[in-house]
Amino acid sequence: MSSHSSNQPAGDSAAATADPPAVFEARGLTKIYHVGDVDVHALRGVDVNLYEGEFVVLLGPSGSGKSTLLNILGGLDVPTAGQVRYFGHDLTKDDDSALTQFRREHVGFVFQFYNLIPSLTAMENIALVTEISTDPMRPAEALEMVDLSDRKDHFPSQLSGGEQQRVAIARAIAKRPKVLLCDEPTGALDVKTGIVVLEAIERANRELGTTTAVITHNAIIAEMADRVLMLSGGLISDVRHNTRRIPACDLVW
Amino acid sequence: MSALNRKMLRDLLHMKGQALAICLVMACGIAIFVMALSMVDSLQRTLDTYYDHHRFAEVFAHLKRAPNSLARRIAEIPGVSQMQTRIVQQVTLDVQGMAEPAEGRLISLPDQHVGGLNALYLRRGRFIEPGSGREVVVSESFADAHRLGPGDSVTAVLNGRRQELRIVGVVLSPEYIYQIRPGDLLPDNRRFGVFWIAYDELAAAFDMQGAFNDVSLSLMSDASEPQVLRRLDELTEAYGGLGSYLRDDQLSHKFVTNEIKEMRATAVMVPTIFLAVAAFLLNVVISRLINMQREQIAALKGIGYSSREIGWHYMKLILAITLIAVALGTTVGAWMGSMLTELYTQFFQFPVFEYGLDMWIVVMALVVSTASAVVGTLGAVWRAMRLPPAQAMRPEAPEVYRATILERGGLQRFLSPAMRMIVRYLERRPVKSLLTCAGIALATSILVLGNYMEDAIDYAMDFEFQRVQRYDLSVSLVESASSAAMSQIRHLPGVTHCEPFRALSVRVRSAHRARRVGIMGLDSQGELYRVIDMNGDVIPLPRRGLVLSRKLGELLAVGPGDTVTVEVLQETRPVREVPVSGLVEDFSGMSAYMDIRAVNRLMREGNRVTGAFISADPDRMDSLYRELKDLPLVAGVTAKAAALESFRNTIAQSMLVMKTINVIFAVIIAFGVVYNSARISLSERSRELATLRVIGFTRVEISLIQLGELAVLTLISIPAGLLLGYGWAALTTSAYDTELFRIPLVVDRSTYAFAATVVMIAALFSGLVVRRMLDRLDLVAVLKTNE
Repeated sequence: MSSHSSNQPAGDSAAATADPPAVFEARGLTKIYHVGDVDVHALRGVDVNLYEGEFVVLLGPSGSGKSTLLNILGGLDVPTAGQVRYFGHDLTKDDDSALTQFRREHVGFVFQFYNLIPSLTAMENIALVTEISTDPMRPAEALEMVDLSDRKDHFPSQLSGGEQQRVAIARAIAKRPKVLLCDEPTGALDVKTGIVVLEAIERANRELGTTTAVITHNAIIAEMADRVLMLSGGLISDVRHNTRRIPACDLVW
Repeated sequence: MSALNRKMLRDLLHMKGQALAICLVMACGIAIFVMALSMVDSLQRTLDTYYDHHRFAEVFAHLKRAPNSLARRIAEIPGVSQMQTRIVQQVTLDVQGMAEPAEGRLISLPDQHVGGLNALYLRRGRFIEPGSGREVVVSESFADAHRLGPGDSVTAVLNGRRQELRIVGVVLSPEYIYQIRPGDLLPDNRRFGVFWIAYDELAAAFDMQGAFNDVSLSLMSDASEPQVLRRLDELTEAYGGLGSYLRDDQLSHKFVTNEIKEMRATAVMVPTIFLAVAAFLLNVVISRLINMQREQIAALKGIGYSSREIGWHYMKLILAITLIAVALGTTVGAWMGSMLTELYTQFFQFPVFEYGLDMWIVVMALVVSTASAVVGTLGAVWRAMRLPPAQAMRPEAPEVYRATILERGGLQRFLSPAMRMIVRYLERRPVKSLLTCAGIALATSILVLGNYMEDAIDYAMDFEFQRVQRYDLSVSLVESASSAAMSQIRHLPGVTHCEPFRALSVRVRSAHRARRVGIMGLDSQGELYRVIDMNGDVIPLPRRGLVLSRKLGELLAVGPGDTVTVEVLQETRPVREVPVSGLVEDFSGMSAYMDIRAVNRLMREGNRVTGAFISADPDRMDSLYRELKDLPLVAGVTAKAAALESFRNTIAQSMLVMKTINVIFAVIIAFGVVYNSARISLSERSRELATLRVIGFTRVEISLIQLGELAVLTLISIPAGLLLGYGWAALTTSAYDTELFRIPLVVDRSTYAFAATVVMIAALFSGLVVRRMLDRLDLVAVLKTNE
């Protein structure tokens, strides 16, 4: 799909046949930041659906609005205009505490710079989440999923970048979230480490059935996805369906 | 423990140096708060119990001599609950081992003294037995000062006759908790003692059988005090009544309650300063912590922690620091309280003076310090709560710098790039720079304040004892005498010069305002006692007219040129209109000065004197003392040197304690502020400094930039602090501007120098700590952090 009208959400045509339930339905998302005297249009009316269990990659140059879109979907930010529905529930009507509750129960975030708490060990960083979730895994279990059981008592400063990111993934999935949102998870990592991290995300998507969205500006990573959304200038410029998902371990760049 | 609490504890541990500095400042405030309040509490409780158990009277009056039949009429005054009449006499004492005479006050005890007013507390020995001759009980302070006890005796000159007084007991009286000779500032336990003796003995010695010269009353709860006083004055007037007064004007009570009042003021003022500084430091440190943890806060919010949980997380950190400070401050405060109790027992005589720290004081300390800490950090915590997570995830934009006013003025060519960095940084954060300056200035000012008291008292001492009172001895006579008495004194061995004085007990009145004071009639040409102003110039005593203490003038709302009514309270009790010719700054009590001839004219009498100032040959002091002790007309002798010495011993000791505490506290504040601001700016600029190192700056050069800022702030703050210190001194001067004491506003140059030096040392030390950190700056790690 090389072009679409603004009221036709990206991915609808693909969903026409199997039609798994939509996790997110976003319509007319607009976000304007005021930086000094300048208005920056980060999103200019984006329509998009994310479906259950789906692995989506958001691809685009920096400043295309990827992060803004992801943050709004995850309830970390609110749009200037437009609507986001999560399983039919209108997130844009939620106040701060409702959004907090939404993130706490449903969303796992993975950030480019890991954002671990430096004063807490790997295990404790995960406990941070499991202590406030309703049905979490054991922290050890989450660490096992990212293959870091032997590093549980290490502080972030004692871990490599890839290890830190895997702890961050463990922290994100420990609550068994409905959606896993990853903002450039490999952006600060080398190829080999990046692939280990992607494998951890892939595994969470596969084994837990978590709807997963990954932001990247590395087109090769897009091969892992069910669907690739291309963003530029605050709009979805293209949507691609991969007929076959390439496992992370087979990616080469 | 939850992971978030663990983070809190580790954060606290990570910032332990800064947390400790804040804890100490806060603890200082709490310590003073706890000490002062617990002292007020303990003193007040002890006082109330003592007064209650020993039936301390509520109304007092002295008169010349009244028959016992008057007593019944006094007891019938409406509102009077209990009455006690006594004989009170001043006598000269000859105590073994002391050359100069001491002054004694003999008070009669009725045979049946159980259940009466102003009951004595027996410390040692026994009470006197009726009809057992010259047995006395003596006040404990005098007994202790001379190591006297039951079985010992002292010699007193009773109405011109030397008599042995046999001590059978050592007692305390609620009337003499603060045992001080009228007119003195501080107790002199060696030279002033109170004795209680059987009524018959004292009456016989002074021809007072069937008469009394002193009345104490207690009142019913519904009594009208002014009416009782008026009625009592009417009844005693014909008998030489000197005017009745309430407990509030009773000397001992006045001093004790004055102390409580000052303590209470201390409990508010000093902790306010410390807690404000602590709140400021907390604000700086917590703001910085929250800034540094922007991304952690964003992650926590991303994970699903609510704003409230985040806010509470940081609040817990603040509360932890506060709790430690309260624990420390309370402990130190209680310790200081018990130390102060020891000090107090030197001045105040209580049967039991138990120091107690009530729980409510600790709770209040907790509430007050928590409140100040929370108020100080609310803004920072609120920002953490409000931090939009999506935005916080991104690194902060570079701060906006611009050329400073200084540079825009074309001065930039005089500034090196490093200097420009310093100036721009300071100008970029005017509020923070200003607050840091305020903190350093405050520390400086507290140091000034700490030493100012000493300067002021030194000055007052020098003023009173060297420039005003230039005599060696002051001799007071039993009653007014003719000039023949003067020549008798003048010809005593060792007297080199002698000037008469006439003291008069009066009530000075102006409209509805009135005060009981003594008029001091002086030889206007005299050299031994001069009325001088602050510049050291002699204020001439006019032929008629009064020179009043400045404070007395204020209380009566009169100034030079006004006229006051002088009601003489002795002898023929004349009432006269007298002009006020001037006001004079003096430091203790309230006085009125007059030319002695004017006093005599006012009394319509010829050359009368009530005492003399003497300068004497130091080698012949002992023989002079001997003669004075035996002179029947002498009621008391005050040696200036002795007064000075006792003043030094008592005041100097307690002042040294206060000064030490002040210095310690000010140093804590100075370190707290300087160290914290140095640490914070290091943390804010470590990236910048590391970059400079990477591009080739040496350690010395970056240290100069970093420490230059600290130096600039310190150098700006010190003069401001000295000025502020002078301000505190002025404030203290006006706070202590009471009827009992006044303190001159005099700050010595050495005080300023000391304050500046201590603060500079504190800054230097903080600088060294930061310098050591700069040396260990990990270039790579600093540059890698994505701040």
